[in-house]
Amino acid sequence: MNGLFSEVFLSALLFGAVTAAVPLLLAGLGEQMSEKAGVLNIGIEGMMLAGAYLGFVGAFYSESLWLGFLTGAAGGAAVAALMALLCVRLGLNQIVIGIALTLGLEGLTALLHHFQFSRSYPRLPAADPTVIPLLADIPVIGPAFFRHHLLVYLAVLLVVVMSYLYRRTQLGLNLQAAGDKPAALDVAGIDVIRTRTIAVLTTGALAGLGGAYLANVGAGLFIPFITNGAGFLGIVLAMLARGRPVWVLFGALLFGACLSLTTAMQVAGINIPTDVIQMLPFLAVMIMLVLFGRQASLPAALGIPYERGAR
Amino acid sequence: MSSRASPSAEARDIVALEGVTKRFPGIVANDAIDLSIRPGEVHVLLGENGAGKSTLIGMLSGLQQPDEGRILVDGRPVPITSPRHALALGIGTVFQHMMLVPTLTVAENLALGGPWWQRPRTGELEAHVAEITRSLGISVKLQARVAELSLGEQQQVEILRALLRNSRLLILDESTSMLTPKGIDELGALMRRLVEKGLAIVFITHKLKEAVAFGDRISVLKLGRKVGEIPPERFRSLGEEEIIAEIVALMFGRQNDESDTKERPVGATRTGIAPSLQVTDLTVAATDNEPGLSSISFDIRPGEILGIAGIDGNGQKQLAEALAGQRVAAGGSIRLEGTDVAALSVGERRRRGLRYLTDDRLGEGTVGTFPVSINFFLKQVGQAPLWRGGLERRGEIDKRAADLVREYDVRTPSLRTPIARLSGGNIQKVLLARELAEGAKVVIFNKPTYGLDLANTLASRQRIRDTAARGLAVLLISTDLEELLSMCDRIAVIADGALVGTVDNVDDARTKVGRLMIGLAA
Repeated sequence: MNGLFSEVFLSALLFGAVTAAVPLLLAGLGEQMSEKAGVLNIGIEGMMLAGAYLGFVGAFYSESLWLGFLTGAAGGAAVAALMALLCVRLGLNQIVIGIALTLGLEGLTALLHHFQFSRSYPRLPAADPTVIPLLADIPVIGPAFFRHHLLVYLAVLLVVVMSYLYRRTQLGLNLQAAGDKPAALDVAGIDVIRTRTIAVLTTGALAGLGGAYLANVGAGLFIPFITNGAGFLGIVLAMLARGRPVWVLFGALLFGACLSLTTAMQVAGINIPTDVIQMLPFLAVMIMLVLFGRQASLPAALGIPYERGAR
Repeated sequence: MSSRASPSAEARDIVALEGVTKRFPGIVANDAIDLSIRPGEVHVLLGENGAGKSTLIGMLSGLQQPDEGRILVDGRPVPITSPRHALALGIGTVFQHMMLVPTLTVAENLALGGPWWQRPRTGELEAHVAEITRSLGISVKLQARVAELSLGEQQQVEILRALLRNSRLLILDESTSMLTPKGIDELGALMRRLVEKGLAIVFITHKLKEAVAFGDRISVLKLGRKVGEIPPERFRSLGEEEIIAEIVALMFGRQNDESDTKERPVGATRTGIAPSLQVTDLTVAATDNEPGLSSISFDIRPGEILGIAGIDGNGQKQLAEALAGQRVAAGGSIRLEGTDVAALSVGERRRRGLRYLTDDRLGEGTVGTFPVSINFFLKQVGQAPLWRGGLERRGEIDKRAADLVREYDVRTPSLRTPIARLSGGNIQKVLLARELAEGAKVVIFNKPTYGLDLANTLASRQRIRDTAARGLAVLLISTDLEELLSMCDRIAVIADGALVGTVDNVDDARTKVGRLMIGLAA
């Protein structure tokens, strides 16, 4: 019992929660942008996988984590470009294409990984944390929150940037109009297809970055299906957040805590079957949906391809 | 080529259309339209539904491209490629359906369309808006969410938006259709102030009163063609009554090329016979987006064709469905040969001889993927002798279907062909065969020739005349006045879910019905 509540254990638990939350945060923020613009991006799981694989490969060969993040984001954006072409420009069904992309990327990344590394799972060296002076020395909180990789702080900063973007800029207005009433945006002289394409590409880049973080920092290696539903949790977060980035952050931390608790309970050797423990985050999803799902307000044109002059 | 022909007139046009034609699959929406739009004028485009008004607006606002002809802006031919391009040319459009984002505030909606990297310049916007609203005498709540505004207020925001973009030509598409009478008057006054400032306005409506009250120049559209124009000089020289008479003549006047204008001789008065269908005070509750029916009464005698005229969407569908039993009536009685059938089911009414031929041929009339043969008997599924013990008797069905195909001249590759592959005219023949089958006493036709080509239109009309000649009572609902005039004994006019008058189809019926349709007393 002592082990569970020791200072070290608690801060490790919280540290793990933040690490697990970052990919969810990035995916959730990305999905939120797509949904705001009226595109339901089910393919985000595939985009994360592409980001995780290419991010790992990039970091492995260049021996630079940052280059890895870059290739990861590019990988996610490349999948998103395909999605934008099919669903935004050609107006195909977003759900069908999204599922196809996710399933396709699951297979493709596993296959490529097999070709590249056979059955070995090489590891990256542990990431150097950026220690925030003074704050990092606070007991429990310090090691938990202020000794992370720089990308973690940037991801949190992104919440502020996104909030500003949605509430204070022209692009934010355009995105919301593209999701709520695309025809109004079109007659105002803004290209709906282009606006939505930008949103989907951004989603892909953010999801890819999240995937790369998951592989390179969270795990330190790539294994097939490493995302394990993180992209789908991102979709849930975006839907529950009602268009507000800060709620994505809170949700991601909550889910991250569940994921971290799962690991911690396994480590602590608590006598519950691991399968039950691993269900915890998904149980949390269902509880949150029951509690808040009905309040989720989705854009009116979500999932509906835009065609000019259609009646 | 002819743009230099009359320089003095052309120079005054902000926008001119020359021979603009637009086709959609199966129809010519606009047929060689010429139009000149000038500053300081309210140019009214008047026409019924389907006259081609919306298509014309689509081309002016960059949503659609003409197939033939050209659009001149300031005397130069310019293809208007997108809504953005139209705005840049100074053409602002207020569409029939509101084009505002309901979740954004008025100010945010007005800011929509600026460069994406900028912050919306709300301060600048406020000053600009204040300037315009003051000079026009309107007020706009900038911080209110659009969803909280009334439709009239939303429309003012849209007009304001067009003015903020420095539009020189303002297009108002059916702008009065959702406004209260007070809102309509305010809009009229606003349009007057705008043209006094030198703007050009194109005002689209199907209401004659508004056209005369607000317009300087009126162009009348009919079935995609421009059938006449009243220029401002003439407008001023004529009295209101004379203008109305002239427009009614243009809108409902006989066209020389109408080939099917053979008047049906009005039968001898049949007052002696008991009516087949007697409808008294039939009422249907209105829903959010459809009108209801208020206190509809009429009767039809055997062998008589009663027409229902009116602009589309005034309760025709509700009337047909309430009679057929597909829509719940809030009150009133429907007597079929003396017995009240208002409480009976759709199937029971059909069995007793009340038949309904829907205008929605593919949606509710047929099952598109079923073969032609089954579609003949859709309303008898499970009944002997075509079905026995729940099993389909294919031989019997095919035998009867083959007879009907021959009798009604249905052009189909085979009885097994899915009916959706047939043309509209042939689908209509299948429906006619089904509804006119044995036992029919009263037949309701809803827009029976809508979307059919000429040959099939004539065939359907003949079939309806034959039906009446056989002694059946016919209710013919149509938006095509020519059709009604050529076939009916009497014509009732429906407006806003009520019958506003019934006219015997004799010499001056055309004018009387036309006047009733556009809201004037006969």
